Formats: sequence, structure tokens, C-alpha cells
Amino acid sequence: MLLIRSSVGRKIIMAVTGQLMVLFVILHVAGNMTIYFDLINAYAEKLHAFPPIVWSYRIIMITVVLTHIVFGLILKIENLLSNPHGYVIKQSIRKTFASETMIWSGAFIALFIVYHLFHFTVQSINPELSARLNTDAMGRPDVMNMLVGNFQIASIGLFYVSGMIALLLHLSHGVQSSFQTLGLNSEKSIPIIVKAGKLAAFLIFVAYVSIPILIMVGLMDL
Amino acid sequence: MDLSLFVWRQQAPDVQGEMVAYSAKGISEDMSFLEMLDVVNEGLISNGEVPIAFDHDCREGICGTCSQVINGVPHGPMERTTVCQLHMRNFKDGDTIFIEPLRAKAFPILKDLIVDRGALDRIIQEGGYISVHTGGVPDANSVLISRKDAETAMDASECIGCGACVAACPNGSAMLFTASKVSHLAALPQGKIEADQRVRSMTNAMKKEQFGNCSNHYECNAVCPKGVKISFIAKLNREFIKSMISGDSSD
Amino acid sequence: MINGKCPPGPLEEKWEKHKDGLMLVNPANKRRYRIIVVGAGLAGASAASTLGELGYNVEAFCFQDSPRRGHSIAAQGGINAAKNYPNDGDSIFRLFYDTIKGGDFRSREANVYRLASISNNIIDQCVAQGVPFARDYAGYLDNRSFGGAQVSRTFYARGQTGQQLLIGAYSALSRQIKSGTVRFFPRTEMLDLVVVDGSAKGIIYRDLVSGKIASRAADAVCLCTGGYANVYFLSTNAMGSNVTAAFRAYKRGALFANPCYTQIHPTCVPVTGDHQSKLTLMSESLRNDGRVWVPVVKGDERLPRDISEDERDYFLERRYPGFGNLTPRDIASRAAKDACDKGYGVGPGGRGVFLDFAEAIGRLGEAEVRRRYGNLFDMYQKITGEDAYERPMRIYPAPHYTMGGLWVDYNLESNIKGLFVLGEANFSDHGANRLGASALMQGLADGYFIIPYTIADHLARIKPGVVSTDHEAFVGSVKETNERVEKLLSINGKRSVTDYHRDLGAIMWDLVGMERSEDGLNEAIKKIRALRNEFWDNVKITGEPDELNQELEKAGRVADFLEFGELMALDALERKESCGGHFRSEYQTVDGEALRDDSNYAHVSAWEYKGTDKRPFLHSEPLEFENVDLVMRSYK
Ligand SMILES: Cc1cc2nc3c(=O)[nH]c(=O)nc-3n(C[C@H](O)[C@H](O)[C@H](O)COP(=O)(O)OP(=O)(O)OC[C@H]3O[C@@H](n4cnc5c(N)ncnc54)[C@H](O)[C@@H]3O)c2cc1C
Ligand code: HEM
Ligand code: HEM
Ligand code: SF4
Ligand code: F3S
Ligand code: FES
Repeated sequence: MLLIRSSVGRKIIMAVTGQLMVLFVILHVAGNMTIYFDLINAYAEKLHAFPPIVWSYRIIMITVVLTHIVFGLILKIENLLSNPHGYVIKQSIRKTFASETMIWSGAFIALFIVYHLFHFTVQSINPELSARLNTDAMGRPDVMNMLVGNFQIASIGLFYVSGMIALLLHLSHGVQSSFQTLGLNSEKSIPIIVKAGKLAAFLIFVAYVSIPILIMVGLMDL
Repeated sequence: MDLSLFVWRQQAPDVQGEMVAYSAKGISEDMSFLEMLDVVNEGLISNGEVPIAFDHDCREGICGTCSQVINGVPHGPMERTTVCQLHMRNFKDGDTIFIEPLRAKAFPILKDLIVDRGALDRIIQEGGYISVHTGGVPDANSVLISRKDAETAMDASECIGCGACVAACPNGSAMLFTASKVSHLAALPQGKIEADQRVRSMTNAMKKEQFGNCSNHYECNAVCPKGVKISFIAKLNREFIKSMISGDSSD
Repeated sequence: MINGKCPPGPLEEKWEKHKDGLMLVNPANKRRYRIIVVGAGLAGASAASTLGELGYNVEAFCFQDSPRRGHSIAAQGGINAAKNYPNDGDSIFRLFYDTIKGGDFRSREANVYRLASISNNIIDQCVAQGVPFARDYAGYLDNRSFGGAQVSRTFYARGQTGQQLLIGAYSALSRQIKSGTVRFFPRTEMLDLVVVDGSAKGIIYRDLVSGKIASRAADAVCLCTGGYANVYFLSTNAMGSNVTAAFRAYKRGALFANPCYTQIHPTCVPVTGDHQSKLTLMSESLRNDGRVWVPVVKGDERLPRDISEDERDYFLERRYPGFGNLTPRDIASRAAKDACDKGYGVGPGGRGVFLDFAEAIGRLGEAEVRRRYGNLFDMYQKITGEDAYERPMRIYPAPHYTMGGLWVDYNLESNIKGLFVLGEANFSDHGANRLGASALMQGLADGYFIIPYTIADHLARIKPGVVSTDHEAFVGSVKETNERVEKLLSINGKRSVTDYHRDLGAIMWDLVGMERSEDGLNEAIKKIRALRNEFWDNVKITGEPDELNQELEKAGRVADFLEFGELMALDALERKESCGGHFRSEYQTVDGEALRDDSNYAHVSAWEYKGTDKRPFLHSEPLEFENVDLVMRSYK
């Protein structure tokens, strides 16, 4: 199929899956923000109320993530092969650290996601803090307790923060890049989209890290 | 002024090359970069050595033949300027200058600073044209083209086919080059008819010729001597998506 | 006496009638005929693509790495056509008349009329190919006036008309390469023409990457190899532009016509020193708003803005009040050189005159001047480091175009059967001087619309593929070419090829340049001979024959220029009149204008090679004018 075989088609796959994941991280962070209104346990319960929906969306997300990873790897390998002889001296003018390290920030995010799933979804890491095993006063799984308990462990908190930094890097290039790949821009809007993409990445980053950081510095407690 | 040069010397395609040091003495600031190399070469010849081979022809920035990577930047430090139009007043006495060929998998080195850019021609052969017969065409004014479209087409077709974009791209991608041609023709009513087929076969050719994929690093535009815009890459992407939606999918 | 074979009948009907009389090749047979096209500028690319599309088996060659780089790409100004879109009174006849008058009545009426009538088809063709010509706000094609023409008939694509036209032809060519009708050989240089029984049957070429000398046989050969202005060393042509292909054909018997007709363009960036490798043209359009002047005091080295109005000599406005700064190229160039020769020149070595925009900036505002000429001002700044908004540009004339070339008849066929010559390489349509924006027109007319008809008439009369590269003419020529290469490499003298080229250029510029005299020309011939002998004794070329060797390439070209320069001087000596780009100091009016001699020199001079160091034989083709009066050009 053209989409899969063509260089541009593959990029389009990256951009579409990337944008779906961006959508996901935005929804997810919005959900996480309920923590500030002390509604996170309620939110988590609602979210899991209807298993068929949960599972179909999970299957979609798994496909999206795997597709993104597989094509990301293919593209990266092809790109390495297309420029095998390095320069003795090479100066870059416009490419950024973020654009150059997409594969590494991506790989780190992948690692993060795996850990994160065992951590907060399967809850097999630090089971004593598991939300499933500990319920709150209203009998709901105590997500709040799980988060606070875990992020009080510095190494975990720091790992999350670094995961978010990887995400920041990935999105600061990825968001605007996906607009370019999908042709959703123009000469005039490119600079705006580039800035907006970085801003979006930054806002997402701040929203996410606020939780572990506030907990780590002790500003948020049970 | 006096300069020290490090120049990539490679005798033939499959011989190992290396950077060789030369000194360029008594260089005038009115010289072009290539005239500076001419001086170095005259010195080599009088010593019985083989001069540095480099591609050039028009020496006025339009034929796209000249192609060197100077201190790590294709066409050197001056924006929107080909090597042949780069003048020595942009350098200082005592500078060290590194000169390398355009490097990419799709551009095998033939000798010293000369590479084979035939792959770019082969991309054009896959559809970088409007299939018109000679003769039998309508009067030039029978199809009106808005000034805006004509200007867009012109912006895109300013590309001189130098290959600097490929050499600068961390992925060795010919996306800017290909996009310039796709955009030029897609902007015109005459070119729209074959647009679907064109964008597919040209991007396929790009892959077949072992150019990399575009990851939107935008280095290409930064070194392009004609300032071909990256919005043309977006335009190519749009054309591609359009062709997937409207064209027949057998490609 | 030679015959251009111009068809009889009324001017307007000549070409149509002639076409009807030409033989055709059966479509099924076309692919059995092989045609070689050498050169991929406008003429070559348009010819190769059109012939390929018709179904012939075409093989095309150029020395650049891609057919998109022929020197046609450098043309800035535009291309003429008699469309009369602006409704300002243009017509085919008027374009014809302007071109023949501009050429100082030294070209064939029939050819020039055909060129003018085809001009319109060219624009249609190029638009259909996607050439992005400038348009007005309503979407119609825009025109400008150019080169002093009184009507607006020039079509243009920003300052890159040649580039855009060439890309159009190149894309048509690419399409044929893809479809297999054209096989393209980039980085090859034609080094000899193979003639068998008076017919062109193939070429010998060097593969510039491997260094191998090889040959290809064909049923016809088209030379589209451009002009020879590089005989002057410094010119506006590309570094690789050369006379080799045409000259070697001449040595195989093709007549060389009017070699002395060269065009010196007035608005080029002046030379800065010995290192200079080429000169850059600044578009003629600058003269629409710039005023040309020199200081009235010799060697005045003050800054131009410190020189007051009454200390300036606007010499074009003074000498040619009628046309002022817009006098034709040959006249403007000579006037500038004259001022510098007398010691009034400005800039390094006094080789320059001012082209001043202060008045235009005052009248139009800097923004408008920037809009009109911004890209040229930028280019000037890159080259000179000077800001022309602040201080006047310096310009100086430079060799630019060569009207002379291989002799061809009305069918573009040389006196050697099956050898066709197109574009700047032939002598045909511009007489003694070419008007701006008409070379592009000619190259494309030849390639798209003339050769497809006339070559068929040649091919239909012969059997395809009778001669192969086994033929002794090929074998012999390959051997000779190899020997020449070996000879060049074995000299191992002291001076580089470029040294010789520079010396030759100086001789040509001083003695066979803008102004020529009998003594000067005789001296030039002597000096060229001496230089040529020295070259063959003392040139130093390093590297090997069987590798990419740019010095060797240059050496072959310079060796030919060293012979060809003499032919130019000889031709200039024989033409005892002044006309167009050829100005003989003995033949001028009292106030220094060119004096044509129509009773003795209304002819084409076509030279036949007679052997090394032997005087070539001069044939002449009389020019008859039935539709125009031979008037004196006057721009007073
Ligand atoms: C700076 C400049 C500006 C100009 N501006 C204008 C303008 O505005 N309007 C206008 O009408 N005209 C203009 N002209 C003139 C016009 O551009 C040329 O006369 C015309 O383009 C010549 O086209 P051509 O196809 O005959 O030759 P070229 O374009 O010179 O092509 C020659 C071809 O022959 C090949 N070749 C040569 N020798 C060999 C060989 N031995 N073996 C193999 N290949 C060979 C070359 O590789 C090249 O492909 C300008 C010229 C210059 C230099
Ligand atoms: C500090 C930041 C984050 C916090 C506090 C956080 C919190 C959580 C919590 C509590 C859950 C479990 C919800 C539940 O099962 O009840 C969860 C699930 C998940 N998180 Fe995060 N998360 C963070 C960052 C991220 C990031 C950056 C990503 C992706 C890149 C991510 C991807 C996921 C996924 C895929 C799930 C599983 C959803 C499912 O059940 O299907 N998380 N997260
Ligand atoms: C799971 C591990 C991930 C890996 C291995 C990965 C890898 C990559 C790589 C290599 C690219 C560059 C592709 C290219 O341009 O050539 C890329 C682009 C992108 N990624 Fe990821 N990524 C991952 C996760 C994510 C996540 C979680 C998001 C969003 C939240 C995301 C969003 C994007 C976007 C938007 C792009 C830009 C697409 C484009 O250029 O058109 N990625 N990814
Ligand atoms: S897009 Fe720019 S850099 Fe690339 S080939 Fe064209 S002119 Fe050169
Ligand atoms: S630098 Fe390369 S990655 Fe794309 S935007 Fe340019 S082709
Ligand atoms: S030599 Fe032609 S662009 Fe540089």
C-alpha cells in the first residue's frame, strides 16, 4: 500500500499516530488535573466504569503506539543509511536538539510508558500503594494515595520528571512537525505553528510535572 | 590575505579519500571563492601536482553546478549564495577553511569535490513535467493564471538543482528539491491534471534513489541558495494526501 | 558561391510552402533512424525532446553533469514574441524588421521572417509546459519593452527567463529520457565529427569521468553547442562554454560563417584584477532608469557623490540625445570603452563607467527602484561589496554573445550533409548584431519548430544505420583524438592552460574586440600564432588521460580557441566595413559612427578549412533584400 511503502506515506502515518497520542496526552493530563480539585478518585472510577469502551480504546492506543514506534524505527534506519559518510565538519543552522533526538526521546517515552503501565495500571510496582488494594473513604480505588505514596519516593518522582522532559522534547519538535507533514500550514502560518507547538509542548509538560514535583517538594499531601 | 585550507581529496569513486592541508596566499577580497581555489590550483599545477577537482560552470549562481561544503555548510556561510557567488571578503586573514564535497548516499563522489547528482535528474524523469506535445497547444493567453499562482510557481521553480538541500539534510533527503518541482507544477492549471500521478511517482523515485525521508529539520531551506521555502514540502505532503484520497490507489 | 537555399515566393509564405515540400519519414521507420544531438541548452534540449517525441532514436550529449545546466540558464532579460498582447502595434513583420535592422542588414530575410513568425508558437509551447511567465493581475501574460524596442514584446519570468525556459525544455527532455526515446550522456564532450562520404555520421567524444574516448554513429548530427565568446577569456559565458564542437566540425569541412561578429554587452560588472575568471552581466534593463556618466576630469578619484553635476559627463545622453542611455548594445559599449581609453574611466585600472540611480531614486523613491532592480542590486553587492543605492554602480562592457557560427542553409543544415546546427552555434538569424531577448527565441525556434521538419527531409532520403563505429573513419578519428590527448599531456612545459587562455583573451580583447583596425588585426594574427606555438611547446597539464581531468578538458578547448582566434581576426580583416558588433576604425563616419558598405559586403563570409597553418578559403553568400530598405542605423 502506498501509505506504507512511500516515504511520505510513512511520515503521514507518524504524524497521524503522533497527533492521536498528543490528543491522548492532553486528555490524560486534563484527567490528571482533577487531582487539584480532589476529584481524581471519582474521575478514575468513572473512567473505568464501562469495560468494553476501556478495552476498545486501549486496543486502539496500543496499535497507535506500536505503529508509531515501528515506523519511527524504519524511518530512522532508512535515514541513517541515506547519509552514511559523515562530514569532517558539519554545522547545523536550523535543526534543533529536539528534532535530532526524536528517536531517543521517543525511546525514552516508550520505556516510560512500559514502566508507567506496570506502575499505575497493572499496579505491580509498589503493590502496597496500589489503588486497587487501597480504597478511599467512599470505597473507591485510592488513586490519590497511590500517586502521593509513589511520588514521595524520590527515584520514582525523578524518573517521572525525566519522562516528562523526554515528552517535552519530543513534542516541542513533533507537534509543529506533524502539521508540516500533514500539510496543515502555509508559509505565513509556519512560524506561528512552530511557536504554538513549542508552547503546547511546554504547557503539557508543566501540567504533567506539576503533580510529581508538588508531591516531591511536599506541597501536596494526603 | 592568507588562509589555510583543508580540502577533501579523493582520486576516484572507490578510493579512500582524506582531508589535505593547503595554504592559499595573497588572496584578494574581491575574489570569489572559486577564484581563490583557482589560485591554489595554479600553484599545484606549477608544482606538478594534480589540481583540486571541483564542479562549476556559470559562476553566477544560476546553473547549480558548483557544490561544496564550506566549514560544514553547503555553499558556505553566506545565506542565499552559491559557492561561486561567495566572495572572499566574507573571510578574514588567517582563517582556516574546511572544504568537503556534498555528502549523501545518493551522491557518490566521483573525484575530490565532485559528486554525481544524477539521482536528481532521475527524480525529474519520473514526472517532473507536464506531458505536452510540441505543437498543437492552445494560445498562451487562453488559460488564465492568477498572478498569485504564477508567483507561487515561480518561487518554486527557482530551484537550481544544486543538491545543497540533500547535503545539508541530516537524513540525506531530497524533499525540498522534489517539493519544489511538485509545487511548481501543481500551482498551475496545466500541471494539475497529472498532479496525482506526479507526486506519487516522484516521491517513489526519491526513495528508490536512496534519498532519506524528511523529518522536518529545515536545514535544507537554511542552505538553499534560492531560498526555496519549506512550505513547498508541506504542499508536496498535501498533494500526496490528495492523491491518496482522489487518485486511484493502485499507484 | 554558396547558396542558403531560401525558398522563393512572398515572405509570409516561404516557410509554410517550404514545409509542405519537405519529405516525411514514415512513423514506423522513425525509430530506426538515430540522431545525435550535442548540447543541452535551449536549442539542444528542445531539439532532442521534440525529435524523441516524434519517435526518432535520439542520443544526446552535454559536458555538464545534467541537461538542466546549459548556459542558456543564465539568460535574464526575456524572450521576444510578436504576440501583440499589449496592442501597441507589434506584428510579425515589425519583429522581423526590428531584428533584421538590429542585425545591421547582415542576415537572411527568409530566416529572420520565419523566426518572427514562429516566435508566437514558442510562447504557447512554453506556457503549456508550465513556464511561469510574469502575469498581470487579471491573469494575462505580461510584457515589457527590452533592448530599446519601441513595443513591449518581451515575455519574462522575473530575472530568470533563460532558466525557466531551459527548465521547461529540460522537463520535456526528461519525459523523453524516461520513455526511452532519448538516451542521455551527461559529462561527455564531443571532440570530433565523423564524416563519411560528405555526410555527418557520428561523433567522437570523451567520457569526462572515465576519460575514455568513445564514439557513436548516427544518421544525422545536430550541434547545439552554444557560442564562443570565451575566446576572450573573460566573458559573460559559463566557464565551460567553448568552440570545440563547432571548430572540429569546421576542420572536418563545415563552413564557419562570420566568426568576427561578436557582441559586447555594455552593462557588466567590471574586472577587479588578474584573478578574474569571468564577468557577470547586469541586466540591460538597468539602463531604463540608470544614467551613465564619467567625470570630466581624467583620473578623478573623488567619491562619486562629491563630484558635482557640472563635473560629470553623461556621455550617452550627450552623444545620442535621441536614445540617450538606451542606445543599442554595440553603440553603448563602444562609447564606454572610448571614454575609458581616453582616461576618464573609474574604479580599479580605470576600466569602468558609472551607472547612476540617484536621479531615479529621487524620482521614483528607493522602494520602487528596489522593487524593479532589487535582485540586481543584491547581485552587485555580492560581487563588489558596494551598495548601489548609496553610490553609483560601476559597469564595463564584456563579450557576451557571438553572432557568427557554423554556416547553415535555410534547413539549418551545414554544407556537410546530415550536420545540422542550432542555436547560438549557427550563424543564421542575427546578422552582425543581436537584439536583446532574441537569442532565446532563436534557440527554441530552431529546436522545437524547425529541425523536426527539416531533419526529416534529410533522413527520408537515406537508409538508416548504414555506417557503424567499425567504419575506418570512426576508428581513425578515435585514434587521432587519443593521440591529441596524449600529445597535450606529454608536453609537460611550464605554463598552465589558464595562463595561455588569459593571454589569448588579452590579444583578442585589445585587437579583435570592440574596435578593430587593419594593423591591429595583422598584429593579432601574428601574436596568436606565436602564442599557439608556445602553447604546444610549453603548456603544463598534470593528471592522467584516463580519469576525470579538468585541466585536460580546458586544454583541449583553449587549443581550439588558439586556432579559432586567428580565424576571427582573419574574418575581421577581410570585412572592410563597420557593421553591428564589428567596428573597423578605418570605416567610420566623421562623428565616429559605424560605416557600412552594402555594395561590397552585403554577404555572409563563410570560411572553409584548408589545413593547419594554411589560409582558409573564403566563400561568400550574397544577401538579398526584397522586403526591406537598407537604411543606416542612427540613434542620434
Ligand atoms: C548572461 C547571459 C544573459 C543572456 N540573456 C539573454 C536574454 O535575456 N535574452 C536572450 O534572448 N538571450 C540572452 N542571452 C543569450 C542566450 O542565452 C544564448 O545565446 C542562448 O541561450 C544559447 O543557447 P544554446 O542552446 O545555443 O547554447 P547553450 O545554452 O550555451 O548550450 C550549449 C550546450 O552545448 C553543450 N556543449 C558545448 N560544447 C560541447 C561539446 N564539445 N560536447 C558536448 N556538449 C557541448 C553544453 O554542455 C551545453 O549544454 C544571454 C546570454 C548570457 C551569457
Ligand atoms: C506525571 C505524569 C503522569 C501521571 C501522574 C499519570 C497518572 C496515571 C494514572 C494514575 C493512570 C492510571 C489510571 C487508572 O488506571 O486509573 C495512568 C494511566 C496511563 N497513563 Fe499516565 N500519568 C502520567 C503521565 C503519562 C504520560 C506522559 C503518558 C504517555 C506518554 C501516560 C500514559 C498513560 C497510559 C497509556 C495509561 C493507561 C491508560 C489505560 O488504563 O488504558 N501517562 N496514568
Ligand atoms: C512510544 C515511543 C515513541 C517513539 C519511539 C517515537 C518515535 C518518534 C520518531 C522517531 C519520530 C520522528 C519521525 C520522523 O520524523 O522521522 C516521532 C515523531 C513524532 N512523535 Fe513520536 N515517538 C514515540 C512516542 C510519541 C508520543 C507519546 C507522542 C505524543 C504524545 C509522539 C508524538 C510524535 C509526533 C507528533 C511526531 C511528529 C510526526 C511528524 O513529524 O510528522 N511520539 N516519534
Ligand atoms: S531546493 Fe535549493 S538547495 Fe535544493 S537543489 Fe534546489 S536550489 Fe539547491
Ligand atoms: S533538512 Fe531534511 S528533514 Fe526535511 S525539512 Fe529539509 S529535507
Ligand atoms: S557555478 Fe553556476 S551556480 Fe555556481
